[in-house]
Amino acid sequence: MEEFLTDTLKTQEYFLNMGPQHPATHGVLRLLLKLDGEIIQNVDMDLGYIHRSIEKMCERDTYKQIVHLTDRLDYLSSHMNNEAVCLLVEKALNIEIPDRIKVIRTLVDELTRISSHVLWWGVMGMDIGALTTFMYGFREREMINDIFEETCGARLTMNYNVIGGVRYDLHENFVKRVKDFIVHFKKKLPEYDTLLSNNVIFRKRLEGIGYISKEDAVAYGLNGPAARASGVSCDIRKIHPYSAYDRAEFDEIIFTEGDSYARYKVRIKEMWESLRILEQLIDKIPEGEHRVKTKAVIKLPEGDYLQRVEAARGDFGVYVKSTGQKFPYRLKLRSPGFANLTALNKMTKGLKIADLVAILSTIDIVVPDIDR
Amino acid sequence: MILNIFTDIHNLLLEHMSGQAAHITELVLIAIAYLGIFAILGLFLVWLERRVAGFFQLRLGPNRVGPFGLFQTIADALKLVSKELTGTVKADKFLYGTAPYFVIVTALMAMALIPFSQEIQAFDINIGVFFLTSVSSVGVIGIFLAGWASNNKYSLIGGMRTGIQMISYELSVGMAIVTMVVLAGTLQISEIIEMQKDGWFIFKGHIPAIIAFMIFMIAGTAESNRTPFDLVEAESELGAGFHTEYSGMRFAYYFLAEFVNMFIISSVAVVLFFGGWLSPFGITDGIPFAGLFWFTVKVIGVIFLFMWFRWTFPRFRIDQLLTLEWKYLLPINLVNIVLMALMVWLGLTL
Amino acid sequence: MTNTELKNKIEILSENLIFSGEDGDFLKIEVDKDNLKEFMKKLRDNEELRFDYLFALTGIDFGEELGVVYHLESTKSRKLIQITVKTADRNNPEIDTVHDIFPAAFFNEIEAHEFFGIKFKGHPDLKHLFLPENWDKGYPMRKDYTDINMLIR
Repeated sequence: MEEFLTDTLKTQEYFLNMGPQHPATHGVLRLLLKLDGEIIQNVDMDLGYIHRSIEKMCERDTYKQIVHLTDRLDYLSSHMNNEAVCLLVEKALNIEIPDRIKVIRTLVDELTRISSHVLWWGVMGMDIGALTTFMYGFREREMINDIFEETCGARLTMNYNVIGGVRYDLHENFVKRVKDFIVHFKKKLPEYDTLLSNNVIFRKRLEGIGYISKEDAVAYGLNGPAARASGVSCDIRKIHPYSAYDRAEFDEIIFTEGDSYARYKVRIKEMWESLRILEQLIDKIPEGEHRVKTKAVIKLPEGDYLQRVEAARGDFGVYVKSTGQKFPYRLKLRSPGFANLTALNKMTKGLKIADLVAILSTIDIVVPDIDR
Repeated sequence: MILNIFTDIHNLLLEHMSGQAAHITELVLIAIAYLGIFAILGLFLVWLERRVAGFFQLRLGPNRVGPFGLFQTIADALKLVSKELTGTVKADKFLYGTAPYFVIVTALMAMALIPFSQEIQAFDINIGVFFLTSVSSVGVIGIFLAGWASNNKYSLIGGMRTGIQMISYELSVGMAIVTMVVLAGTLQISEIIEMQKDGWFIFKGHIPAIIAFMIFMIAGTAESNRTPFDLVEAESELGAGFHTEYSGMRFAYYFLAEFVNMFIISSVAVVLFFGGWLSPFGITDGIPFAGLFWFTVKVIGVIFLFMWFRWTFPRFRIDQLLTLEWKYLLPINLVNIVLMALMVWLGLTL
Repeated sequence: MTNTELKNKIEILSENLIFSGEDGDFLKIEVDKDNLKEFMKKLRDNEELRFDYLFALTGIDFGEELGVVYHLESTKSRKLIQITVKTADRNNPEIDTVHDIFPAAFFNEIEAHEFFGIKFKGHPDLKHLFLPENWDKGYPMRKDYTDINMLIR
């Protein structure tokens, strides 16, 4: 009798396609959901809609040209991507980088990180339904974009780092504008908290959703703010410091709850930490040149090189295998988003579609980063 | 002469036709007038929504087409009218075509009861409030049909979600109305407003009336499918919900009906809680058609509140929405009715 | 731990290991493809070493051989090592999968498969992820792959 009842009352599973064009997947990402009613049983990914074969192209480009290609991976932390390649080459050739360049790179790094997190916050509100946050986020980004435009020459993909330093020296308004921005942003961050973080509806949408434990986070290769919300300490700025991070004091933000709300809180606190680094370094920029002369044709000695950088999304790595030519033999770009997306299936088992949208928002992927 | 316009038209018609024909002509004229009000109201509310949204989002709304962008919605309406009426091949043609008319007709029927001022009320029946709630319940059928007849997975999910949401929250709306009817003692709308001449209901029935008002606002937002209860049209999730497959004029029907629904719910709130077309402290009581001004001001105030909700709050998930209704609002409502009944019986109203 | 100490600890875990790069940034190990799975498991489970974070998995075309390069990091000691595996068979290259030891390798192995043609024994779902489903023009990242649109220097 019981088997009869459960057999006839069983619902049928069906497939839903969150296709490449969808307002909630940030970029062209196709997810195949296997649903039972509204509960998700399995999430399958289909990537490659924006695959540009950057790794193959890099096998035919000189090192100076490769720096330009890395901008387009994760365009919201383009400065950090460039820095990874530049640091790799500079370390391999033992080029001594003066302090001024290191401090400039770190300052622009942190501004990029704030800009990326502010965009994430705006889009996160939009995905959960509060459409106004998008406009508020972009208001702050405009200030940062203006700073970049004056100093680096472009707003988004700046190409400011070159092998041996930075392309142009700091503009004379740079210090004043960054100080104005710090003052302005310190008033706005508590506003963000009142608007979204402490909202009851928002918290109920995020708390307890998408839990991943610490061991699972490490096993799946999760990195960046998403892993730090599960208790994994993985901030490259602290573990393997580069540029001027060893002379600024800041904390690594770790929460232990492992759910979406913790991932949200980690990024908000990271914005505060970035402001702290900016405040400490902006007054003490050392004098010096902004660019060191390098050879016209750069050839790395034979061997394997690896450089890791803390991009806004996580652990960005560049691995180069060189055979002494002026082109790398094999260049691998390790994207943080790819590893984060691997854990999506684990996080969304048994939840609803609305939760999938919330989790995808908190993982914060940028699809060109994954597809390369 | 403009003040006696209704009696003048009535006499004019009686001169030329028999009583029966004059009556029918009057009905037709009123229907056409209300269709006109419906259309203009819909357009005006869409413009207001866009300006208010721009105000909250630190930007200007539409301000190019006409003074202050007032003709923007007319331009949008012209665009919608000229679009091709697409439809899926396997859609159930009859149901697909009739679904929008359910929402329009019920919205018009509800609008007939709204008292714009002391002289302007089309249909003053003695079960006024009850008629309003029952007519708006019929509107849910239009949404179910739209989701089903489109023959589309997304529309079906959207239609089901909306149906459940509207049926659940009708309970709360109905019971909040019942609380105020207990205070008023009558269902007829003009009498409810007469009773508020010495004090609006929200001041008269203090604590239960304020609780009823808050519940009415929450349930009213859910009834008209607005954020934070708009997971039907959650643009971030499933396309456009139950009206994914509708285009052109049919889509415009749903679109306008949503705004007119919001207007109807605001009017009911104003009538039951804020005294309808009465002026505060009776300032302009003797002037005819002055009630129209006060009514408009109050309704726009309540509509502004609805729009404020939409552009500030994130949205609920479907199970959280239903939990809110069945586990929280319903018990609070029941207790509130008993409280109000006790207050009226013991004479504790102000 | 310096690299030499690390090398001494790892040496005992498997046979036929070739070490290099002790004086560089990270230790490089080359292992036979038959011992790969056991070796990886021991690296992860060993109490002192605890290499539990698979940082990157790269497919490489060595010219005559195909291979895979793994970068492992230990969350305990923060040391990074690089492990290389080669196979000489270009027509039918096969390497053991490690996705049951490191779940992070699941999608990375699919990527190495579709770009280099390396089959991972035991992987449940080797499909086309980045390339279109009906791609039949070979393995793009191999050194002998030619295409009309490629830039030749």
